[in-house]
Amino acid sequence: MKRQAFLRLTGLAAAAAVTFSSCKPSETGSPAAIGTPGGKTVVGFSQIGADNPWRTAETESIKSEATKRGIELKFSDAQGQQEAQISAIRSFIAQSVSAIILAPKVETGWDAILKEAKAAKIPVILVDRGVSVTDPSLFVTLIASDFVAEGRMAGEWLAQQTSGKAGIVQLEGTTGAAPANDRKKGFEAAIAAHPDMKVLASQTGDFKRSDGKNVMEALIKAHGAAITAVYAHNDDMAIGAIQALEAAGRQPGKDVTVVSIDGMGFAFEAIKEGKLNCTVECNPLLGPMAFDVIAKVLRGEAVPKQLVQEDRLFDATNAPAELPNRKY
Amino acid sequence: MNRTLASRLLPLLATALVLVGLFAAAGATYDHFLSLRVVLNLFKDRAFLGVVAVGMTFVILSGGIDLSVGAVMAFTTVFIASMMGTHGWPAPAAIAVAVAIGTTFGLFQGWIIHHFRIPAFLVTLAGMFLARGMAFVVSPGSIEIRDAFYDDLGERGVPLGDGLLLTVGPLIFLLLLATGMVVAHGTRFGRNVYALGGSETSAALMGLPVAGTRIAVYALCGGCAALGGVISTLALSSGDPTRGTGLELDAIAATVIGGTALTGGRGWLFGTFLGVLILGTIKMILDFDGSLDPAWLRLASGGLLLAFILLQKLVARQSVS
Repeated sequence: MKRQAFLRLTGLAAAAAVTFSSCKPSETGSPAAIGTPGGKTVVGFSQIGADNPWRTAETESIKSEATKRGIELKFSDAQGQQEAQISAIRSFIAQSVSAIILAPKVETGWDAILKEAKAAKIPVILVDRGVSVTDPSLFVTLIASDFVAEGRMAGEWLAQQTSGKAGIVQLEGTTGAAPANDRKKGFEAAIAAHPDMKVLASQTGDFKRSDGKNVMEALIKAHGAAITAVYAHNDDMAIGAIQALEAAGRQPGKDVTVVSIDGMGFAFEAIKEGKLNCTVECNPLLGPMAFDVIAKVLRGEAVPKQLVQEDRLFDATNAPAELPNRKY
Repeated sequence: MNRTLASRLLPLLATALVLVGLFAAAGATYDHFLSLRVVLNLFKDRAFLGVVAVGMTFVILSGGIDLSVGAVMAFTTVFIASMMGTHGWPAPAAIAVAVAIGTTFGLFQGWIIHHFRIPAFLVTLAGMFLARGMAFVVSPGSIEIRDAFYDDLGERGVPLGDGLLLTVGPLIFLLLLATGMVVAHGTRFGRNVYALGGSETSAALMGLPVAGTRIAVYALCGGCAALGGVISTLALSSGDPTRGTGLELDAIAATVIGGTALTGGRGWLFGTFLGVLILGTIKMILDFDGSLDPAWLRLASGGLLLAFILLQKLVARQSVS
């Protein structure tokens, strides 16, 4: 949608980003010192919340990488509120941190606060979700997975497994969030080529296990045996759906094909048990990449406007072997 | 008489002391905390909560409660964003209609509460779900506002030197607070609100307009919630149906920490102002520290809330004896 057009624009703006770290102070702001207050690099990290294990793994990755590099991390958990993220960024700016890592809750509403950061010459690195801003130079780079590609991979795998014939229930992520929008788009594009693959119902489960279960229960009542496949935008909702299917006497993994995204450890367990059919990895361990970028930016080096994490697909053929390597 | 006044002022003094104590402790612990920039940030970040809490204080003073404010705020943000973005309305029209809708919504809730004698808790709980639902009907996701006038307005303000600005949001909050204080303490309507909250029966016996006052208080609160939404769209240049989740609880907490009794009839808008700043300061301390568990925000708010409820109970007992 808008984000795609915007990402294309960012290509043009890459040149602007190169000069970003050396840009002159604009009209407002006290003379913020870039670099190292008290000899130590201080980085602020505004996280959305700790509402699911994926996000907790991301937080841990960033925290542990900061410790490893001797960087002081100011961590703020916004408990799901955009306003709280904005006030956290304001506090980071007031403390003249060297850089800010932001995992934005939604795509919109960041212009004003990112302008404040820019005026204070503090580079902002986005992780796992993009933002929609008029001026792409307001952030340095976005480190994320390609959510559209994840959805497409899940859709193509399902098409192949079901020979292009399925009655699908889609459990969407948080309404309006980029991963939900893009995973939906990628998946629906992949199955569009198969006229016998139909999405019977598509509802939000808010990326939560409990909501996934509740929504699935309602949809089983509404559509019954017509449901032959479930596509969940994350593993948590898939597990919730599996519980609902089992409670309704269905056999998830066998008479209902369940596919999801994220590649959490518990999803691998579920694949091993034969209840989940496949999961597309969305790697939350962004810490090393994020601090590599910050180091480059603070040295004045250029960085690409978007850095993509490579994601893999796991099913019964390769999941059991990968299980022992899972860190999250 | 003087003694009663002193004991009535005790919760307000306690609130002020907590705020000063928090600021002093944080200033001693964290670099850059004691600065005009941080104080301004506090106002910028909490302006929407402050505006909503002003309305909430009137409702609580009248002996009621309004759980719908967070949802009404969310509805307002998506309504404005949608009217301006999708339907091309000019900003002033969208703002005016949004505030009118919020006020009417509150008025309607007040009318049901009064006319059918249903507890405010239940009516506004239903209102909360309705308004949140309406927000999602307008838009299931967040909508951007791309409007030069709006962007410009959000970044304008009174210059305070050193490049710092008192922006429109905090300005609306402070003006509303001042107006609210004049209305609460200096007008007939204000006295009626206190009388209604003190005892509805006595207020009715004294011939005060109970129905009109009660309905007006909820209308005022709905209008304030919508105005909070306006401030939120100015600050974020977007509308989002999920915004303001749990805001009603923060507004109630700020009011009670500010020394207003949940039973009604007692309290001050100025106390609410202090309560809003206290909640904001706790959050800011967490962000400045950057290593404390976020659970402390809730633990600290909960602890303060409990302490102030107990303090009020003690004060109430004292002034009775």
